[in-house]
Amino acid sequence: MLLELSDVTKVYQTAEGPLRVLDGVDLTLDRGETLALTGESGSGKSTLLHLAAGLDLPDAGQVRLAGQDLGRIGDNGRSALRRGTVGLVFQQFNLIPSLDVAANLAFQARLSRRHDPDWTAELARTLGLDGLLARFPEQLSGGQQQRVAIGRVLAARPALVLADEPTGNLDEATGDAVLAALLRLVAESGAALMMVTHSSRLAARLDRRLHLSGGRLA
Amino acid sequence: MRVAFGALLSHWRRHPLQLATLLLGLALATALWSGVQAINAEARASYDRAAGALTGGGLDRIVRGDGGSLTTDDFVALRRAGWPVSPLVEGRLAGSDLQLIGIEPLTLPREAALGPKGNGAALPDFLTPEGRLLVHPETAARLADTDLPPRIVDASLQPGTAVTDIALAARLLGMGRQITALILAPDAPPGDPGQVVPGLERRAASSGDLARLTDSFHLNLTAFGLLAFVVGLFIVHAAIGLAFEQRRPMLRTLRALGVSARALTALLLVEVVGLSLLAGVLGLALGYLVAAMLLPDVAATLRGLYGADVPGTLSLRPIWWLSGLGIAVAGALLAAGQGLWQAARLPLLALAQPRAWARASAARQRAMAVAGAALMAAAGVLVLTGGGLWAGFGVLATLLLGAALMLPAALAGLAALASRVFPGGAVSDWFWADTRQQLPGLSLALMALLLALAANIGVGTMVSSFRSTFTGWLDQRLASELYLTLRNEEEEASVSAWLAQRTEAILPIADAEVVLGGRPGEVYGVADHPTYRQNWPMLTALPSAWDDVAAGRGILANEQFFRSADLALGSQVALPGGALPVVGVYSDYGNPRPQVLIGTAAFEQRFPDVPVVRFGLRVDPTRAEALKADLQATFGLPASAMVDQSAIKALSLEIFERTFAVTAALNVLTLGVAAIAILSSLLTLAGLRLPQLAPLWAMGLTRRRLAGMELLRLLVLAALTWVLAVPLGLALAWVLLAVVNVEAFGWRLPMHVFPADWLRLGALAVLAAGLAALFPALRLARIAPTRLLKVFADER
Repeated sequence: MLLELSDVTKVYQTAEGPLRVLDGVDLTLDRGETLALTGESGSGKSTLLHLAAGLDLPDAGQVRLAGQDLGRIGDNGRSALRRGTVGLVFQQFNLIPSLDVAANLAFQARLSRRHDPDWTAELARTLGLDGLLARFPEQLSGGQQQRVAIGRVLAARPALVLADEPTGNLDEATGDAVLAALLRLVAESGAALMMVTHSSRLAARLDRRLHLSGGRLA
Repeated sequence: MRVAFGALLSHWRRHPLQLATLLLGLALATALWSGVQAINAEARASYDRAAGALTGGGLDRIVRGDGGSLTTDDFVALRRAGWPVSPLVEGRLAGSDLQLIGIEPLTLPREAALGPKGNGAALPDFLTPEGRLLVHPETAARLADTDLPPRIVDASLQPGTAVTDIALAARLLGMGRQITALILAPDAPPGDPGQVVPGLERRAASSGDLARLTDSFHLNLTAFGLLAFVVGLFIVHAAIGLAFEQRRPMLRTLRALGVSARALTALLLVEVVGLSLLAGVLGLALGYLVAAMLLPDVAATLRGLYGADVPGTLSLRPIWWLSGLGIAVAGALLAAGQGLWQAARLPLLALAQPRAWARASAARQRAMAVAGAALMAAAGVLVLTGGGLWAGFGVLATLLLGAALMLPAALAGLAALASRVFPGGAVSDWFWADTRQQLPGLSLALMALLLALAANIGVGTMVSSFRSTFTGWLDQRLASELYLTLRNEEEEASVSAWLAQRTEAILPIADAEVVLGGRPGEVYGVADHPTYRQNWPMLTALPSAWDDVAAGRGILANEQFFRSADLALGSQVALPGGALPVVGVYSDYGNPRPQVLIGTAAFEQRFPDVPVVRFGLRVDPTRAEALKADLQATFGLPASAMVDQSAIKALSLEIFERTFAVTAALNVLTLGVAAIAILSSLLTLAGLRLPQLAPLWAMGLTRRRLAGMELLRLLVLAALTWVLAVPLGLALAWVLLAVVNVEAFGWRLPMHVFPADWLRLGALAVLAAGLAALFPALRLARIAPTRLLKVFADER
């Protein structure tokens, strides 16, 4: 099993008292699988994604990624897992503004020492970015930036792609095109995908769909 | 309006660190500026007192047109012709730094406010053969153990000055019948004294040579104060700029809720003025401390370089408080000008447009670089075509400002070069690219660092060049192994006979006070001996110079007299007993007074009454100590009568170091302000950095590694800034040595370079930047993951 969440609970301290965002969540995801995570705003979708990426730790329960218990391997170990195993796609793209498109595309692959210039070039072609390689993020449209963000993740060939509302900032047509590219490339690379989305329409295009409500999965 | 103002102020409650940075920056800027101004005001008040004492309270004088001294015959002739004149003798007492002013109390105009009548001292005492010295309490304490005439304390006098009867002064100074000047009563009729005694001229009262001479030094201090103030304003600009940027959404909301642009600008203005007044008061308090701390060193500098005495205590004037607050408010308004202008001019919707405060466009960077290059070119033109002290300072200002404007582009270029020279992995590429990206946000702080470093290198090179030249000059000038001062001529005869068999040479040192170029100066009689011919630090001379001096056909002039009197080789200089031509010029560092050398025979002929009781003794250096002991044992000479060469050198160097202590203190303070500018920039930028760093953390770079790279970036930028500061500092040093110093002190020094000092300064700059960057880096290393996650959560 690539990702395994067992009885995971996360509580935030708020002005109104403790807020139980996740309450005994169990979830598994295997290689090659795609999973859509839906739910209302504040239902804990992003929190669950962050826990899966090792960006945060649960208050109770266990998160295992690639066979490792994230609560036991320390910050350095979790960072190493993120570099080598996980690829994150954010709603706001989060490209590195000081690097051009080519450098952004290759960045994570180089970070994980898996940089394959041919594969990166093929990704750039597939994502329609080959004419934009010398540009900087601020010179791109939202859709182009998100395609670069997806290319950056896939260039590193991660085992797990975690996408948080990847089309949330795009219009419907662009969003559809970006998602199509993401699904196709994930399938080709054999990675697993967990995607947080508000949209039932987009969620329907993935293998599985889970709904978060009241801190529990349905 | 109160509600809107409350909303604006709420920003500072939410960002106390930013408020502290703003107040600290402005307070520091005000402190250094007002501290320097307090010192200047104190010194100027002191010069006014000195000028009053030396010039007779702003009365016109009669002097010789050729700069020579008058005689009592001239005085008598003018009095007989009905001129209401009073004679004045001025000079420095041999073997001390006491400035002696001799007056004639019976003819002294009432307006001169000198002499015994103004301070209750009894005139008969003043006129007794024993006489009295009127002195400041500080001077009285200094003279406590001397055998000078009895002292009368008068707090209104200038420290370091003694006023006495003209006959006593002439005797103590060995001036015989010479008179320095004749003071004219205010009711004197207009006329030409030259018709009574040919060669005499009437000179209008001036503010005093001292004020004129020291202007350059105070201009120097003011320039330093201004530099520190500008560096401090960088901090203020960064803090206010960020506050405006962070409050854009609030400004938009207030505008949308009906607050007019004018009202909003007025509120922001009130806020800036209020904050600047608060910081101004804090800065004035700090400024007082700075001034009190530096004043003793400044006093030492003024005494060392100009012979000006300034009391070491500080008295503050209301105008100082007001001007300090004024400069704080003006500085804050200047720093806030950009934000205020934008708030007043931008349309409502434009306020909401996102704008990266820290990110300036490449076009802006290019424009700054072009403007900087133009200023540098202007500095070059000024060097080639300008003249005088103001042109010198103009060159310094354009050079510094131009370099500061070019800095961001230069650092970006160096960072780009570094990324090519040191190719690495993804993180390395990101590091250099991100360094370029961060430059606009850090550029103000780095400009402050550049200015501080360049000033340090420039002034440091000047001082070190001075020290190196001065040390070499001392070695030349103090060629004799032992210096001997005897009590009288009888003792001189017996000691000389005894010494004749025990030394290689006995070199008499005879000196007398004279008027040179219209100023009190000194003439030395020197023997014709290889010691002088081989060692004397000549700058330029006729081939026959020493022969001419020995034969009484010419004189050697010190550099400051040569320059200030605009002499050339061959120029005639008026001296008692007749004018002589200048046949050579020698360097005479640290002496504020004009000085000439003539041959021993000529000296004895022109100053027959001056006893020769000082000697330089040439002996085998290993025997100097033994000879000293023998002299002491044989003649019962006090230890103070014999000073060996090394002791004089040590004392001279000690005076030298103290003289430049104030420059070193200002250097350190300016560097400290630059470090605070970096810290404040980093703290204010830290909030903006999180969204840029969080994705990298999400991609697997640890917080510690990111923090380490943030720290490294600052160290690299500080080091690169230092690399650029070295040539700038050297250019600064050249301007100081070749232009400003010549105008300010009257001598030109050769420039020496001290790479070890630069390396030390570079290490200090990197350390200061590292310390400034350490706190933000530690904060980043320990930041809670939830803060970083918030970056992604804030996306929705």
